[in-house]
Amino acid sequence: MTWTRKDLLTISELSVEEIELILTTAESLKEVGGRDIKKVPALRGKTVVNLFFEPSTRTRTSFELAAKRLSADVINFSPSTSSVVKGETLIDTARNIESMQADIIVLRHSSPGAADHLARFVHSSVINAGDGWHEHPTQALLDVFTIKEKKKQIKGLTIVIVGDVAHSRVARSNIAALTKLGAEVRVVAPPTMLPLFLESLGVKVFYQFEKALDGADVVMMLRLQRERLGRALLPSTREYAKLFCLNSERLKLAKPEAIVMHPGPLNRGVEISPTVADSSAAVILDQVTNGVSVRMALMYLLSGAT
Amino acid sequence: MSSSFQERQLMDAQEVSRALSRISHEILERNKGSQDLALIGIRTGGVYLGQRLVTRLQQIEQREIPFGELDITLYRDDLSIRKDQPEIRKTLIPFNISDLKVVLVDDVLFTGRTIRAALDGLMDLGRPAEIQLAVLVDRGHRQLPIRANYVGKSIPTAREENVQVFFEEVGQVDRVSIITGSHDQ
Repeated sequence: MTWTRKDLLTISELSVEEIELILTTAESLKEVGGRDIKKVPALRGKTVVNLFFEPSTRTRTSFELAAKRLSADVINFSPSTSSVVKGETLIDTARNIESMQADIIVLRHSSPGAADHLARFVHSSVINAGDGWHEHPTQALLDVFTIKEKKKQIKGLTIVIVGDVAHSRVARSNIAALTKLGAEVRVVAPPTMLPLFLESLGVKVFYQFEKALDGADVVMMLRLQRERLGRALLPSTREYAKLFCLNSERLKLAKPEAIVMHPGPLNRGVEISPTVADSSAAVILDQVTNGVSVRMALMYLLSGAT
Repeated sequence: MSSSFQERQLMDAQEVSRALSRISHEILERNKGSQDLALIGIRTGGVYLGQRLVTRLQQIEQREIPFGELDITLYRDDLSIRKDQPEIRKTLIPFNISDLKVVLVDDVLFTGRTIRAALDGLMDLGRPAEIQLAVLVDRGHRQLPIRANYVGKSIPTAREENVQVFFEEVGQVDRVSIITGSHDQ
């Protein structure tokens, strides 16, 4: 199949074939990261602009590294040092960037739909690097890539997503990707963190961590977004840790060869115990490595369609 | 398959096999044996041919000869002008090519652009002592100053003709043909 999209905005809009094309392209590109000279000339002369309206180190660095490994030029743009503080709108900012001949704009923004909105106004390809609580498609793609690498296929796996699903773009994108690819997805969290009608996304809802873990192949932890605790979702962090921290005892309830994932940054001792985070079951650092390959794959595919 | 499809055969299975046997002997002759020798096939046709050459070389020399598979997509010179991106396949070279005598293997030598991309690709992976080129068919029409060290058969062709190599490995009878008309595989 050939890639025809100008942008990557959500997982929901992708077909299974498109997801698989991204994954196989990423698989081939992973080899570049293992070389002494980690650079190929595929995107020579292309310009990638990282436009991040929300703080991010991991994702921005990953995109930057991906672009550089493909020989593209990268510009990092953050609102605190830009004319956004002077009142410029998102579209005006983006049009200015586009006038500098940017081929790909990587956007992170706090408003859901920001990437979609931007993509309608610019000719450059837009990659959604997280839009509010909506989606974080590249995170889901790297998660799927990592699961596939460890478990060979997604179909038939039981995958548990644990934590604040309501406010998690990572969870939303992962649910879309994993259900499309035929996994059984379970979500578990305190009721305040699970949106109503969640079942309509094709997932099984649990409120008790132990029950959800039974027979799991993959345990995907979400970060407890402590900056949002002011919203009175929880009585306390301690209580959350008591009921939802993935520790060694709880992990035993999953399948013996189960893997543990986390999008980072980790709150050790809150949603994941240090023992589990540092155990051989944890594939957290593989996720980071694979993130670069997946983003390289996307930039490669998108740069043809522009 | 469409009806306007026509095939004119240039080499049959036996000719392909004999050419590969001759090339394996030429490789050993030129390199005075198989010391520090490695073969790398260019995807996809070059991989099948390279594997067959390695089998022959190993039979003659009674020793293991390193073999790798190279995908040149990321090094193509038309990526920035194409609308659709060609599929990237895996490069699998499980050994360090530095200081080895690398024989690059491809099925058809035409404009030379694939080989230019392959040379750049190899240079990014290390510093071979030497790179040689083996091809099953040289059909002329070079656009770059590139020449093969080992040639199965030189076949004069018209520029717009389509030379195809068919492989047993993908369920075909081994042969080299000129294909005319549109053909849907």
